[in-house]
Amino acid sequence: MTLLHWAIISPFLFAILIPFLYKAMRQVHTGWFVLLLPVALFSYFIQFMPVTSDGKAIKETAEWMPSFDINFTAYVDGLGLLFALLITGIGSLVVLYSIYYLDKKREQLHNFYVYLMMFMGAMLGVVLSDNLIVLYMFWEFTSISSFLLIGYWYHRERSRYGALKSMLITVFGGLSMLGGFILLYLMGGTFSIRELISQSDLLMNEALFIPAMLLVLLGAFTKSAQFPFHIWLPDAMEAPTPVSAYLHSATMVKAGIYLVARMSPIFAETSLWLWLVGGFGIFTLFWGSFNAVKQTDLKAILAFSTVSQLGLIMSLLGVGAAALHYTHLDDNIYMVATLAAVFHLINHATFKGSLFMVAGIVDHETGTRDIRKLGGLMSFMPITFTIAIIGAFSMAGLPPFNGFLSKEMFFTGMVRVLEMDIFSLDTAGIIFPVLAWVGSVFTFIYSMILVFKTFTGEHQPEKLEKKPHEAPLGMLISPIILASLVVVFGFFPNILSERIIAPAVAAITPSLVEEGHEIKAHISFWHGPTPELFMTFGVILFGILLYHLLPKWKKVYSWRPERLSLNSIYDGVLVRGERAASSFTKGYMTGFIRSYLVYIFAFFIGIALFGLWYKGAFAVNTVELAPIGIYEVAIALLLVISSLTTLFAKSRLTSIISLGAAGYTVSLFFVLFRAPDLALTQLVIETVSVALFLLCFYHLPKMSRHETRVKFKIENAVIAVGVGIVVTLFAISSYSTKLFKSISSYYIENVYEVAHGKNMVNVILVDFRGFDTLFEICVLAIASLGIYSMIKLRLTRRKEG
Amino acid sequence: MEILMAIVVGILFTCAVYLMLSKSLLRIIIGTALLSHGAHLLILTVSGLKGGDAPLYGEHAASYVDPLPQALILTAIVISFGVTAFFLVLAYRAYQELGTDNVDQMRGTEGND
Repeated sequence: MTLLHWAIISPFLFAILIPFLYKAMRQVHTGWFVLLLPVALFSYFIQFMPVTSDGKAIKETAEWMPSFDINFTAYVDGLGLLFALLITGIGSLVVLYSIYYLDKKREQLHNFYVYLMMFMGAMLGVVLSDNLIVLYMFWEFTSISSFLLIGYWYHRERSRYGALKSMLITVFGGLSMLGGFILLYLMGGTFSIRELISQSDLLMNEALFIPAMLLVLLGAFTKSAQFPFHIWLPDAMEAPTPVSAYLHSATMVKAGIYLVARMSPIFAETSLWLWLVGGFGIFTLFWGSFNAVKQTDLKAILAFSTVSQLGLIMSLLGVGAAALHYTHLDDNIYMVATLAAVFHLINHATFKGSLFMVAGIVDHETGTRDIRKLGGLMSFMPITFTIAIIGAFSMAGLPPFNGFLSKEMFFTGMVRVLEMDIFSLDTAGIIFPVLAWVGSVFTFIYSMILVFKTFTGEHQPEKLEKKPHEAPLGMLISPIILASLVVVFGFFPNILSERIIAPAVAAITPSLVEEGHEIKAHISFWHGPTPELFMTFGVILFGILLYHLLPKWKKVYSWRPERLSLNSIYDGVLVRGERAASSFTKGYMTGFIRSYLVYIFAFFIGIALFGLWYKGAFAVNTVELAPIGIYEVAIALLLVISSLTTLFAKSRLTSIISLGAAGYTVSLFFVLFRAPDLALTQLVIETVSVALFLLCFYHLPKMSRHETRVKFKIENAVIAVGVGIVVTLFAISSYSTKLFKSISSYYIENVYEVAHGKNMVNVILVDFRGFDTLFEICVLAIASLGIYSMIKLRLTRRKEG
Repeated sequence: MEILMAIVVGILFTCAVYLMLSKSLLRIIIGTALLSHGAHLLILTVSGLKGGDAPLYGEHAASYVDPLPQALILTAIVISFGVTAFFLVLAYRAYQELGTDNVDQMRGTEGND
């Protein structure tokens, strides 16, 4: 365990302290203590920047389960560091924001910060682990802590619904991802991502390569809310706003992006990867932005916008994989996609974080997030309005903010798809720029809705619960910092490029930087009159037009019937699944003992007959058979008749007596087959048993004493005859296939010499195999004690009547 | 002889299973008793019924029947007796408490659904 390991798990350790701090110091908001940790971690991680910008990486291993190749290997390269800085940096700002957002008297702060720290530690573990199993462990920790945070106000029904939904979807993806990891282990023989990357050429040709890729992608898509798994994200907006800002915009939903970027060196050479990641990404971009326009809740707009922007980054990562097929780095025009992905990842975290905080402020100061009730807040909250405008314009991709730059690079990447001559991208690839452009138009529209419906227009004080006023300064600090980052990155994008972006891109495409090439990550603000610029003009033009005509075409959204929406499909699957499982269980768990016996016997017949047939085990050997004597035949007939009588007897008394007859006949058999001890015991026991049966018969209650014949039931008869035939076949077959001689000759020879007895059966019972007898005595003792207590112990009296 | 015994055992099992599938508790217990008879005879049969004297050393016979299965059956008889006795008293108590011996009517008590 090095300092790096301690840094990764420090949030978990700190989480243990939080409840004590909360209880001990009630007058101080617990968040102030919590704030120290992410700040410290941020300044710790920022020290790694010189190392990673030199193209080096830090690797520290702590042994956990070495015999299973599961070790806690921390690995810091450009990509990991970028995420670690995002997690700790935005984590600090969110904690600061939450101090002012959550009331220290009314809220259960200890729960909140414990969950939040758990999440932070888990997220650091995900992005800094080199071992797949450790990565998976932290991955599920993020799912669990996200579940807890969404359900933070657990008394609300919607919170519980949202928490359950996100849990089901992300854990479903997480489990399939685990399956993918295990397949990778089977192929590569290691859980280490580094070592898997080094043998990616060999993995490509394995049969399990495609299944592993699909499973891993399923995990990434569910976590990053890609179509059609995006439905959990809008419902996760029931969480407190700091949580939405942190988990559901800046960090957790990017875990899937991280996974795709991290696994790119292993999988990205195939065309399927490009089409899946790129295709799902670009469609998610379109779908998310299209649906965001119809939302009326501020956080719902932001949730769909997050879905859309994650789709954007995902599509860039998919298209960026094409760069691997054009090996000359110096003039590789396809690298721009990966570059744009990393750049937009940072930009999105900044502007979306600030926008969520703005939504939280509006909610906090007016009591509602519904844009139909809001309006004209500009004069009440000028600072919030400024932040919102910066964030939303950056999201829409307007100059001079950072969103403009990454949007331009995004268009560049998508337009260059058309120049590719692989994987039929030159023809079908046209969907990439088209969907990208349409999606951007909708992005523009909802960004405008977000700002102008909230802050301009008519002020409606009668619809608001509180009188709106500007938020306290403490609440504004975090969004101000994020918004100023938006502006700074917009004007000076290259302060990031050499230190952060280039190392991250190098980590995503390691095979291209092997020969000492350096990634040129220079982002130019003005790139000349290119097609991308005209696309942006088109976006703005159409965006303004459609925004103004919104009431006219809003009917588009009601064309699709409600029951075809993905949410109702999800709900339907849950309800139908439960109903089907319940009716299946009710169908065979009838509650009648007879049914269960039928299942057991039918299974016995089936498996035994199948076994006999499959192994060819049935044999008849007539050589060693004993001769048939006249007595045996007579007694056998007697036994058959008496047992059939028990079956068909009309009165129970007859059944009992014929059962006794059968027992005595068995003891006659024992006499004939030379077993005197058995005959004696059988006689005595049969007598006692019959007496007991008669006792039972005598005590029958009056109501059911009317005698009826057993009703003949054909299915019971079939089962019974089947069991009889199977037992007969087994008896014949096992007698006919003797593989070795009996060990009884030892007993016969030594019964007198060793054990000094002459009755061999008795000597076996008390001497050679005395333990059997000891516990058989125990059985009898338990049975008698049981009978005694059953009769004597009556805790519940029978009700009269 | 063994084949004949195998068929007899099969018939015993058939009757036993048929009785166990019926509704009356008493008949079910009769079924289990028949089943144990069948099982005991089965053990005896598959170990061989070849002639020989009873397994008593004093007889000085040329061959004895196999003593081991007899010891096993003796144990089994005693255990099945213990279980049958327990079952019978259980059935008797069930009559007393529930007022029925029809297993189809034994559907759990109220509040235990």
